Amino acid sequence: MSDIVATNQTILVVGGGISGMTAALEAAEVGKQVIVIEKRPFIGGRVSQLYKYFPKLCFPTCGLEINQRRMNANKNITVVTMAEVTGLEGEAGNYTATVKISPRYVNSNCTACGACGDAVESEFDNEFNYNMDKHKGAYLPYNLAQPKRYVIDPQMIGTDDAQKAKDACKFDAIDLDMQEETIELKAGAVIWATGWRPYDANKIQPYGYDRIKNVITSVEFERMMDPFGPTGGKLVRPSDGAEAKNVAFIQCAGSRDRNYLKHCSRICCMASLKQSTYVSEKYGDDANVSIYYIDIRAIDRFDDFYQRVKEDKNVTFIKSKVASIVENKANGNPTLHGVDTEGYNRYANEHDLVVLAVGMEPSVDKDTFPIELKVNDEGFIEYDEANGGVFAAGCSSDALDVNRAVQHATASALRAIQVVNRVAKAEG
Amino acid sequence: MSSMVEKYRNNFLKEVEANVEEGEWVKMCMQCGVCAGSCPLGKHWDHPPQEIFMMIRAGKRDEVLTSDSMWMCTSCYNCIVRCPRELPITHIMHGLANYAKRLGLAPKAQPTAWFSQVFWDNMMKKGRVNELKLGLSLYFKDGFVSGIKESLKHQKLGMNMMKAKRMSPMELFGGHGVKNAGDLQKIIKKAQEIENARIESYGK
Ligand SMILES: Cc1cc2nc3c(=O)[nH]c(=O)nc-3n(C[C@H](O)[C@H](O)[C@H](O)COP(=O)(O)OP(=O)(O)OC[C@H]3O[C@@H](n4cnc5c(N)ncnc54)[C@H](O)[C@@H]3O)c2cc1C
Ligand code: SF4
Ligand code: SF4
Repeated sequence: MSDIVATNQTILVVGGGISGMTAALEAAEVGKQVIVIEKRPFIGGRVSQLYKYFPKLCFPTCGLEINQRRMNANKNITVVTMAEVTGLEGEAGNYTATVKISPRYVNSNCTACGACGDAVESEFDNEFNYNMDKHKGAYLPYNLAQPKRYVIDPQMIGTDDAQKAKDACKFDAIDLDMQEETIELKAGAVIWATGWRPYDANKIQPYGYDRIKNVITSVEFERMMDPFGPTGGKLVRPSDGAEAKNVAFIQCAGSRDRNYLKHCSRICCMASLKQSTYVSEKYGDDANVSIYYIDIRAIDRFDDFYQRVKEDKNVTFIKSKVASIVENKANGNPTLHGVDTEGYNRYANEHDLVVLAVGMEPSVDKDTFPIELKVNDEGFIEYDEANGGVFAAGCSSDALDVNRAVQHATASALRAIQVVNRVAKAEG
Repeated sequence: MSSMVEKYRNNFLKEVEANVEEGEWVKMCMQCGVCAGSCPLGKHWDHPPQEIFMMIRAGKRDEVLTSDSMWMCTSCYNCIVRCPRELPITHIMHGLANYAKRLGLAPKAQPTAWFSQVFWDNMMKKGRVNELKLGLSLYFKDGFVSGIKESLKHQKLGMNMMKAKRMSPMELFGGHGVKNAGDLQKIIKKAQEIENARIESYGK
């Protein structure tokens, strides 16, 4: 890894989600040198964990694949996975970043043949599927993972299984002695594209996410639809594997609430409207969807999508923030309690499955940035002169859908390009 | 506040903002309904808090002030804890109840209203609550025979309170109080005069 070349004209992109990829491509395709630092073993970020995209309902894998190809084809881009920026010093035009690279235990000889995975027994929580299932100790994070290279779970190191994996590999790709590395990189500008994470549903105690099996989050629901996901593409209840036809969505689960996240997460209304179509896709006219909401925020052009879902007679909209969820012990059904705003009727409604439309919060905690940055109350990075040559891109700046995240990333790339252009001029 | 906004702010909302404790919060309610659904006594209310706030904004003065609803609040604070906008709902309910009573609009024979008055009168005498007399007046509220029955039912509680020195049988004869209870009464009287004057001048 120490062979990476970086100068004051290099643009460092932290986070290889759709925003980081976009910013990297925009800069690299006009000839700038770009290094992408990605924490996970693959690029693509959370978009790779979505089944379909609103508003067009196409598969995000398609757009991701195009961008992955563009990245692979571009020699101006270097991607470093399983890496984090632990230190950042300097000012616009002259930064030094300290990057910690965790061992993958698999080198570039890997052909992703899968022999190592077949050879081992041990299994570990699968973060890609929000821990709904396990992956083998030697694994490919997901089918289309880029780089297409296996990973050895560090928890397996030192066990017999690790040796079995190594012995099974015909290409000498497994190196169990790989160590953590720390490197220093120069950069003229930094694009901070570390994205978001789902709000911790356990904190919303009245909804019983930690107690009631059939209460899940929107990100988990998204994984259920993936044919290669934890349920093999079936919409079923975690408690008993029964088909989940009567599904309730609870909006603003953790958002717009001074007890949790103050901001509107902006995309979750659209996410639930989209996910209501998943239920119809699976169960046709047997689908029975209820959406509990404060108000539906299908912003600007997305209103068409909302109108279409409203016309679906299998989808009911209930204007009410659900007060609490209690499990019916007899059948595992979550019962939703509350009062609706259109008539002030008290309800106790049972559903097969409840999906919490959890909010988006920044993936990096406010006070853990390696350099001082201006952030707002919610921890999203502001656009501010004081941030010098560090520019946020995508969801590190706000809760955004992909379209807006990508636009924002392009703007950030332009800002970063201006900084390194100034350096180039000065250096002659 | 621009004049445009003022035009749409109805008179009753303004009145509540001016005269009801924490009334200026009413406009902050976003009608999510979580307070109504969280109230353990909610199903006994004619109008849950969320609806009361909407009625205030809709200018339904008589319906709100003569309502039994805010008298149902037991100060459990569930709604305050849950409200996404941190409205002090419990306090607003008590503020509305108090305001309705001051205007003579509180429903007649409302048990909470009746008890509050007994509590207040009891406390104002000596500046401290006389638990024994308060308890007795509560038990004997529906007449002598049911009073004896109620007292017997709660005998054990009374005995325990005495054991824990939370209540003394001597309270029946005079009872404890603050120093110079007369001064306290004067302070409260003055405060009431100031408040009355403010409310009377409202809208003039
Ligand atoms: C339930 C749900 C459904 C959604 N559906 C849609 C949809 O249908 N259509 C749509 O347009 N949008 C949708 N979205 C929104 C979409 O997920 C985001 O717009 C998108 O993920 C933003 O991409 P990003 O690159 O900014 O962030 P991310 O996808 O979060 O990517 C950030 C990347 O940075 C990496 N990273 C994080 N921290 C570090 C670090 N310290 N160092 C290095 N790397 C780091 C992460 O591993 C990740 O790869 C949905 C969101 C939710 C919650
Ligand atoms: S987008 Fe919808 S569900 Fe999400 S926080 Fe905003 S209003 Fe609530
Ligand atoms: S919980 Fe708060 S915001 Fe919601 S309806 Fe009640 S008072 Fe209004």
